[in-house]
Amino acid sequence: MLRIDYADYVALRAHGEETYPHECCGVLLGKSEAGVGNSVRALVRAGNTRTDSAHNRYNIAPVELIRIQRQAREQGLDIVGFYHSHPDHPAQWSTTDFAEAHWLGCSYVITSVEKGKAKVTNSFLLMGTEEDNKKFHDESIEINMAAGAGNVSQENLQESKA
Amino acid sequence: MKIHIPTPLRTYTGGQETVNVPGSTVSGVLAQLTKDYPALQANLFTPEGKLRSFVNLYLNEDDIRYLPAKEDSPTQDGDELTIIPSIAGGYCCCR
Repeated sequence: MLRIDYADYVALRAHGEETYPHECCGVLLGKSEAGVGNSVRALVRAGNTRTDSAHNRYNIAPVELIRIQRQAREQGLDIVGFYHSHPDHPAQWSTTDFAEAHWLGCSYVITSVEKGKAKVTNSFLLMGTEEDNKKFHDESIEINMAAGAGNVSQENLQESKA
Repeated sequence: MKIHIPTPLRTYTGGQETVNVPGSTVSGVLAQLTKDYPALQANLFTPEGKLRSFVNLYLNEDDIRYLPAKEDSPTQDGDELTIIPSIAGGYCCCR
């Protein structure tokens, strides 16, 4: 399960709307706990270097990743996942997403953005011990509401907004 | 020298975020690293012994692919090596 604050959940979806019709991308900082999953504490927007094909590709420059990893270290956090958008395409991982996924144990969050509006957001946990046996597993998202308001599953939130 | 380990590979370094490994070149440091932590070998290198294409190595602020000597670049005690897997993707062929 991926745990994320409501504000961060809204922010990553808004990022996809802002960059539409191009893909957005960013990094999820937080903590990974065995048996619990990844918990997001901060969101870092990243630039998409695939300016040649930004409508259906994304890439985060390694030097930017290093900067973000350093930032995480300073905050006592780790990189626990990434997010990107699929403009006018489903919130499902593509063969490209899978081929380019190498951060085992991290969550890959994908938001479908239809005609400029964020629709479905899904998360996939990259499992395995090495490149040759990696697999994406569907992962539920638990959204932490403001203090005292409790938590909701992502499905309930999307239904309530439908 | 100090080596920064990315989140997914810390499983193989006993959870350590940074490890100290001696060596006079980048390739020498990597050889010592995989000797100290053997499970890293398959994650960093292909069965043929080549660095996997998605593994980026930065010696201090420099991508070693753009250094004249690449993996044979000399290292010093105060240097830092960062291992950072690439992150990319995009729709195209959804399930």
